[in-house]
Amino acid sequence: MSQAEATTRDTTEARPRTMAAKIGSVMQSQGALVMLVVVCLMATLRYEAFLTSENLLNVLRQNSMVGLIALGMTFVILTGGIDLSVGSLLALAGVVAAYLVPYGVFVAVLGAVAATTLLGLVNGVIIAKAKIPPFIVTLGMMIAARGLVLAITDEKSVRIERTFADFIYWGRGLIGDFLPVPVLILLLAFAVGWVVLNYTRFGRHVYALGDNDEAARLLGLNISRTTIGVYAISGALAGLAGVILAARLGAGNSVEGAGVELGAIAAVVVGGTLLTGGQGNVLSTLVGVLLLGVIFNLFNLEGQISPWWQPVLRGVILLVVVVIQNRLTKLK
Amino acid sequence: MTNEPLLRMHNIRKVFSGVVALDNVSLTLERGEVHSLVGENGAGKSTLIKIMTGAYMRDGGDMFLEGKPANFRTPEDAQRAGVVAVYQEVNLLMFRTVAENIFLNREPCRFGFIDWARMNRETGELLKRLGLNINPKATLGSLNIAMRQMVAIARGVSLGAKVLVLDEPTSSLTEKEVGILYEVIRRLKAEGTAIVYISHRFDELYAVCDRVTVLRDGKFVATRSLKGLERIDLICLMLGKQREELEKKGATAFDEHQPVNNNAPPLLAVENLTRGRRLQNVSLDVRRGEILGMAGLLGSGRTEVARAIFGADRTETGRVVLNGQEINARNPNEAIRAGIAFLSEDRKAEGIIPDWSVRENLTLAALPALTRAGVVSRKKQNEIVERFMRRLGIKATSAEQKIRELSGGNQQKVLLARWLCCNPKFLLLDEPTRGIDIGAKGEIQALVNELAKEGLGVLMISSELEELVEGSDRVVVMRDGQLSAELRGAQISQDSIINAMAEVNQRLDS
Amino acid sequence: MAEVTTSRIDPRARQKRKFSDYAPTYGAAIALTILLILNLAFTPGFASFNNFSNILVQVTPTMLVAIGMTFVIATGGIDLSVGSVMAIASAVTAVSLDYGAIPAVLLGLIVATAVGALNGALISSFRIQPIIITLAVLIAGRGIAQVISNGGQLIPFSNPTFEYLGKGLIAGIPVQILLLAAIVGLAIFVFRSTIFGRYIAAVGGNETAAHLAGVPTVSTKLSVYAVSGLLAGIAGLIYTARLGASDASKVGDTIELDAIAATVVGGTPLVGGRASIIGTVIGALIMIVITTSFNMNDMKYSWSLVIKAAIILLAVYLQRPKTN
Repeated sequence: MSQAEATTRDTTEARPRTMAAKIGSVMQSQGALVMLVVVCLMATLRYEAFLTSENLLNVLRQNSMVGLIALGMTFVILTGGIDLSVGSLLALAGVVAAYLVPYGVFVAVLGAVAATTLLGLVNGVIIAKAKIPPFIVTLGMMIAARGLVLAITDEKSVRIERTFADFIYWGRGLIGDFLPVPVLILLLAFAVGWVVLNYTRFGRHVYALGDNDEAARLLGLNISRTTIGVYAISGALAGLAGVILAARLGAGNSVEGAGVELGAIAAVVVGGTLLTGGQGNVLSTLVGVLLLGVIFNLFNLEGQISPWWQPVLRGVILLVVVVIQNRLTKLK
Repeated sequence: MTNEPLLRMHNIRKVFSGVVALDNVSLTLERGEVHSLVGENGAGKSTLIKIMTGAYMRDGGDMFLEGKPANFRTPEDAQRAGVVAVYQEVNLLMFRTVAENIFLNREPCRFGFIDWARMNRETGELLKRLGLNINPKATLGSLNIAMRQMVAIARGVSLGAKVLVLDEPTSSLTEKEVGILYEVIRRLKAEGTAIVYISHRFDELYAVCDRVTVLRDGKFVATRSLKGLERIDLICLMLGKQREELEKKGATAFDEHQPVNNNAPPLLAVENLTRGRRLQNVSLDVRRGEILGMAGLLGSGRTEVARAIFGADRTETGRVVLNGQEINARNPNEAIRAGIAFLSEDRKAEGIIPDWSVRENLTLAALPALTRAGVVSRKKQNEIVERFMRRLGIKATSAEQKIRELSGGNQQKVLLARWLCCNPKFLLLDEPTRGIDIGAKGEIQALVNELAKEGLGVLMISSELEELVEGSDRVVVMRDGQLSAELRGAQISQDSIINAMAEVNQRLDS
Repeated sequence: MAEVTTSRIDPRARQKRKFSDYAPTYGAAIALTILLILNLAFTPGFASFNNFSNILVQVTPTMLVAIGMTFVIATGGIDLSVGSVMAIASAVTAVSLDYGAIPAVLLGLIVATAVGALNGALISSFRIQPIIITLAVLIAGRGIAQVISNGGQLIPFSNPTFEYLGKGLIAGIPVQILLLAAIVGLAIFVFRSTIFGRYIAAVGGNETAAHLAGVPTVSTKLSVYAVSGLLAGIAGLIYTARLGASDASKVGDTIELDAIAATVVGGTPLVGGRASIIGTVIGALIMIVITTSFNMNDMKYSWSLVIKAAIILLAVYLQRPKTN
């Protein structure tokens, strides 16, 4: 055997992988997709109302807010971090938008998103510069931003007059009479997110940071900048979600968004992005969001079962997916 | 300027909190030269390299790159100037592709977006130039360690390295992979790159290096051309001894071996340990009072033997018999209760609890014996700590000092004490003196010797040949998960051990 | 490395410790003292037995959960499920009160401990990150509690024996405060003197090393989550008994955040290896005193949240591990 051939065998083709390991690898990255397809097939067979564009768009619309937050969370989790503050930021954005609506729809939207981006930036700066764990920093921001929102609204909700139709359109509008605006925003955001992660240096550095932060530093990456960037993105998307919610509700509600961070984390993890960072992508997050969303939808279609089983099932699915992922990762 | 060497370090000095690590060390590198840096552990090699590559700041002396003063503040500084180090533990990104690792932070872009096609193409060209057949799109984690190292070297080359430092590049490579590495080195040399090559293996030094610089105790000893330098003379330079002296007397603190009764029943008998390809039918036995040395390259399965005996890893088959009783520990707890102790190789990751005090670290394994009804007796704990700190000469401000503040040697002594206070019958020592200062090394070697005399059985894994030769009553050699040789009495020599270790991987080709 | 301190000093000097080792706890204690002094000086009606008793009664559930959290965090883990476990215990006990107060309480606590043990079993045997497992149990657990309570409806009850737990007095002191004091004392004892306490800290300090030194890491981890479940169960029952009804959708909602905050403010590092029960107690008191002082001075509750967040960050910043 020549040396060149020997090298090839030893390296790129690497260790011979068993069939089980291959299936495992696919399941680990695409397990949620497989599950989504299975659930959708079963739902189609059982409920006539499931496979209608109306119902499917409804599922997407209902999940557009958690989807946007999960997208931001994906960036954060890919670096190995976590962002607990998104729920409070969502409420803040809604309230800021409600206050700013009289000055025009763009002032309202931009103002709200700018406010939450700024707070996301603060998260990132503290995490990167003071070296405090993300869990604690964003927990602090979660509490502080909630306090802020309650303080400026006097713990009330801020009504948005019906006359501001331009703004309401962000939450209730339809494009071409069928595509809800929030769904369009969601899909656009995921498309942009996908391009950023795969085709920009920043995106690749997000992966590098989560892969091995020490190595990334030694390889000359500006870790602080990347860290600050992902938390700013997470803040911005939480703000966008808040704007949509306020537009839908016709009010900026100071108590909205509690617990939304958990749903977003669950969607990211169910999709197959590992909490340890460095592995995963935005498309799998979209799949995770849809899987959890479709299950919610099925409960509605079924109508018989107590809706309280729904969180139970969500929790169990999260557990099962994580355990399977874990087993499969070991198998590799 | 033509006479100016590529890199010149002159009278470099480095002091760590009052302790001189480097004292007036000088080194010159010519273009296209492979320069070896040798010395015992603690000689100052790695400190010198870290100063060269910007990881440490020097406290004195001058450094010139291509005749211009070079003052690197960070590794990035040095990289930009063309001085790149490739460390033993490769610091790359496991989930990313080869191309991404090589081009990280310099990704080719078009209109602000990464040009993947170009990145992969250029990576392919670079790898081909180095004679490497690696797929640029493969994730780094799917490559074996050797190829990861080649990728690290390729990254250095693509950064435009003028000086490339290879720190123990072959420690985890097979013979064939070493051949690939030599080929890469040859090509770089032809391109005019200077290479600093650090290795403990003399065969390699003589195979690839042009010149050698010897350091000892932080001081510059000599720079010689390897051609015409006899090995024994090089060893003498490293150890600072005369030729005759070396041939006569040992360099470690072990006594002359005492004869062990070969007919006595074994204290520990291990039969047919098998665990996948890592361990294949390993059988060995150790008598009371005997030190069995174990040699083998990294990855040969030597640590796995100890872990299997200790119950830290499950085995598929195999029996472990201690004192005539079958124990087959399923976890460390069972092994400890049976009277086995295991001093692991990686002190930091597997030994110390860094934020704990010496007292707490020392008594961790013995806690069950100090506990009644769930309550730990502080009095007994203090007695033991006092006794063992004295016996092993552990240097700490008090028993309450945090262990991470201690020197490596003293940490190792605390860990040894952790086991000795459990009154074990058998000691598994994995690299007991790696990376600790000479003084503590001697003390630990003497202690091991003394313990064996008191009747303990010892399995001592070491990659330091002289420690094995002088410390062991018998030596077994591991290779590819199997025992490949057993050496006794007069058979035990550095040469014979190297020979047994080195017949690496010949069977793999068939 | 450099041996600066080479002189061997008598190990009997062992009781001496550097001030910095205690600084986090001192810091929290000083902060609490300052808060108390300010309140005594400026808050009318603060210095009364009733007020103090009230503060303690209010903080009891949080403090109990925080003590459980301290056990978990000391191993380097985290338990997000505590609020849901409180709800489950509350619902289970409320629906089974017909069989008598004591069986109902026991049942509630057994279920709570079992849920905690389930967390621990999944975490230790599958080696999955605690944050994910307990997040799943947080989500599912609240649902289970609501299913038990027939859709999260309020379950009122009238059972004096059970309500004694939340409303009873012994020598003028609320029963729950005495219970809290006993549990605090026990937890301190566990960490200070028992082998279990050492094992918990060893797992958090360096799990691999602990395993190789014979520490039963799997059962230790399982135990701390069971302890956390049990204490959350007790907290849930006390809260329920005080309220006189079980409200499965509200009991313990977001209490995990308060508990984590109290623990880290009190000086137990999130990476584990060390635990300070007294610190946790002080941390929980700091949080409640801030709330109380805002309330009593008619200041907006919302701003107290901002201050709490700042205190959490400051506490963790001051305790962050010094690199080298």
